[in-house]
Amino acid sequence: MRRWLILALAALCLLSLPARAGEQVVAGLSQARVAITTDFAGSEILVFGAVKRNAPYPEEPPLQVIVTVAGPLEPVTVRRKSRSFGIWVNTASIEVDAAPGFYAIAATAPLTDALTFTEDLRYKVSVPQMIRAVGAPVDIPDAEAFVSALIRIRDRNGHYVVKEGAVSLTEDTLFRTSIALPANLAEGDYTTRIFLTRGGRVIDVYQTKINVTMVGLERWAFNLAHEQPLIYGLLSLMIAASAGWAASTAFRYIRG
Amino acid sequence: MQIYLPIAEVSVNLFLLLGLGGMVGVLSGMFGVGGGFLITPLLFFIGVPPAVAVATGANQIVASSVSGVLAHLRRKTVDIRMGTVLLFGGLLGSGLGIWIFNLLTRLGQVDLLVTLCYVLFLGVVGTLMLIESLRALHRSKRTGALPKRRQHGWVHALPLKMKFRTSGLYISIIPPIAVGAFVGILAAIMGVGGGFIMVPAMIYLLNMPTKVVVGTSLFQIIFVTGFTTLMHAVTNQTVDIALAIVLILGGVIGAQLGTQIGLKLKAEQLRILLALLVIAVCGKLALDLLLRPSELYSLTQGAM
Repeated sequence: MRRWLILALAALCLLSLPARAGEQVVAGLSQARVAITTDFAGSEILVFGAVKRNAPYPEEPPLQVIVTVAGPLEPVTVRRKSRSFGIWVNTASIEVDAAPGFYAIAATAPLTDALTFTEDLRYKVSVPQMIRAVGAPVDIPDAEAFVSALIRIRDRNGHYVVKEGAVSLTEDTLFRTSIALPANLAEGDYTTRIFLTRGGRVIDVYQTKINVTMVGLERWAFNLAHEQPLIYGLLSLMIAASAGWAASTAFRYIRG
Repeated sequence: MQIYLPIAEVSVNLFLLLGLGGMVGVLSGMFGVGGGFLITPLLFFIGVPPAVAVATGANQIVASSVSGVLAHLRRKTVDIRMGTVLLFGGLLGSGLGIWIFNLLTRLGQVDLLVTLCYVLFLGVVGTLMLIESLRALHRSKRTGALPKRRQHGWVHALPLKMKFRTSGLYISIIPPIAVGAFVGILAAIMGVGGGFIMVPAMIYLLNMPTKVVVGTSLFQIIFVTGFTTLMHAVTNQTVDIALAIVLILGGVIGAQLGTQIGLKLKAEQLRILLALLVIAVCGKLALDLLLRPSELYSLTQGAM
């Protein structure tokens, strides 16, 4: 289903391309793979590129560049507290079908200038468009409040970042920006998209992936915990018991 | 220096974690408690998901209890028979506790239950301990000796009696099983060893001699928290081995320091300090429940 959607989108792009003067994105990333090691403290990805042209380009409306990096889409349960029996308890919840755990947008101009609402709807660029929430329970009339709470919380803890004006564009040809990936990063493929727009309309899209994986000890511990939970549990106990024994023996030795 | 925790999928400062483990180790060395009631809420505060904090906390208690029980075994202050009976109850309770924990996780009320348990038990235990130790301090100023009381209540009327030689008791096995089961449920839900409930229950409900209480409690806590850890690892995959290792390391060093500090203070003063600490943690958690939270919404990864 999603593959067909993407194909349909690609077809749409191709159809709409010839109408505008052929401007294309040629882009690169400073790294296509992020390895989460034990001392992982976040990573900075440099996104850079150029605009390729086959014909002279129009001066107006000005060229804008939007760069987005989205973590894997996952369902999220949003719960709301309210006061009952004098204490604050979770009383209502909705399930958001798909929201990225991390989403960063960088653009040359404010998003509302760089992109029209219909184009945003079509390409799902802005944060609210990235979040898919359908089928809210009937007993909760204000489902939008839950979605905006999701955005607010992730915005505050630095998982949703919108940096308008953070892409620098030189001579309408060369662009660059950097996207900071936080230390609390989940694994998965991080979809990176670069949009070229003029007058709010998308001219070209370039899409690639950044692969984020745990490596070394982290990888080993994560796999063992999920694939061999019993062995993992026994191993944890063994480490704890032998640490306790070692401590007891060492302290006896120290005290004589 | 940051360390990435593979199961919690968060990155935390290594020295902060070592400090936390160390601080709890100091307290456990000073007061002879496992420190689980402190480590779990502290892990919540630094951003470790509650489920991971509870499961990993249990794993850390295994380490400190093993270390403690070995010392008691050398002094022959462990009633293994009583410990085994308590353990039987403890395993029943632990299995039930895990089941309740999973049920509430699905309902989204697990944070509430854990917090309510903490507020209730820390409040009661802290207050009782404070009153008791203030009285003891008062008494020790006037006279030297403590009055010894022998209780003969309903506990002695129950069937299924058994001899416990080390404790010098001949009582029914129903109360120890009940106490064990109750602590087992708490261990699974709160990620604590339950020593702070087990010890008073053994002294006041089972009339066990004080010198064997701590060792026996630690003996059965090893198995209950071990079982809890294993169950969490198998059913929820929430034991973070990296987090556990750092906490254990800090705890071991801290316990050594704590024992040194403990030797310099009077027993009553120590108990008053512990009581105040327990009440402070309880008060903080109670305020969180009573005051309007600054953020009404919370997020949980995954579907319901």
